[in-house]
Amino acid sequence: MAGKVVTVTSGKGGVGKTTATANLGAALASEGGKVVCLDADIGLRNLDVVLGLENRIVYDLVDVVEGRCRTRQALIRDKRLPDLFLIPAAQTRDKSAVSPSDMVRLCDELRQEFEWILIDSPAGIERGFRNAIAPADIILVVTNPEVSAVRDADRIIGLIEAEEKGPARLVINRIKPEMVRRGDMLSADDVLELLAVELIGLIPEDENVVMSTNRGMPIALNGKSRAGTAFRNIAKRLRGETVPFDELTDDGNIFGRLVKLFRPGGN
Amino acid sequence: MANFWERLLGRDQKSARQAKERMKLVLIHDRTDLTPSAMEALKDELISVISRHVEIEPDQVRIEMAQDGREQRLIADIPLRAARRRRLG
Repeated sequence: MAGKVVTVTSGKGGVGKTTATANLGAALASEGGKVVCLDADIGLRNLDVVLGLENRIVYDLVDVVEGRCRTRQALIRDKRLPDLFLIPAAQTRDKSAVSPSDMVRLCDELRQEFEWILIDSPAGIERGFRNAIAPADIILVVTNPEVSAVRDADRIIGLIEAEEKGPARLVINRIKPEMVRRGDMLSADDVLELLAVELIGLIPEDENVVMSTNRGMPIALNGKSRAGTAFRNIAKRLRGETVPFDELTDDGNIFGRLVKLFRPGGN
Repeated sequence: MANFWERLLGRDQKSARQAKERMKLVLIHDRTDLTPSAMEALKDELISVISRHVEIEPDQVRIEMAQDGREQRLIADIPLRAARRRRLG
């Protein structure tokens, strides 16, 4: 088996890379694929808390790369999903502890055992970003419908193309459909037109994301939440399924359907 | 009705539209690393080089950046001075 390496990156910090990595990992693993999430944000470890695995860390990415443990020893198995694993970042080192070729070597080893290797990239365009994209087969760029996030996404997409790692695929996170309807937030179409890149996911703003992160339980495992559904749709698209982009329509509940009835244009 | 007049007078431009217009310009310059003043310098140099070979209308020269997917294109529109007058003279 030769697994696929998917890197989640963004340029700007705080747009939802770690949340996206955790949820895509959970969604892919819940469908039976063997998945490892790799936190490449050395010095700013976070994927472990988002996944709720912070108490089980013994070895980390830098220990593996520097040969202090075998790769197998650094793999933490998820509490709920037996097919989901994490390799945490080191918290007390910096990005220079790992090189792009270290990442390629580690991922080549992981490919033998895992169907999906998801890499959570640090923000920025420095060494940590280069480490994260070096082994990637597929790169997902996460952005928000805001000027600063869109500008940084454009920069990152350009760098990915220059490294011949493209085409990047775009995840637009934290969309507020109501603000878009009022004309006070860039729509998905606006962002796509500006960035001229292929779309792979639309995630609506959803309070459940904060709540599930508080609990250390990925929202993709929550069958009903809108953001969870949107993350599961991205996982399906990664697996090659065709899923329509209707994550933002309001007809998920009875109220939404009623609204639609009275406002058929949905405008 | 108030809405109609506001829109007609351009006062009611929605913030998302403003964001999009601003981002279009910003991204063009980010991608090419050309500032507006560098564009002006480029235009002046182009005018002087081309003028050495043909007569042009320097005031009407237009240089702009166009976007085609993720490709940037520099488009120069350089009107030549009417040749007819020279022939007559």
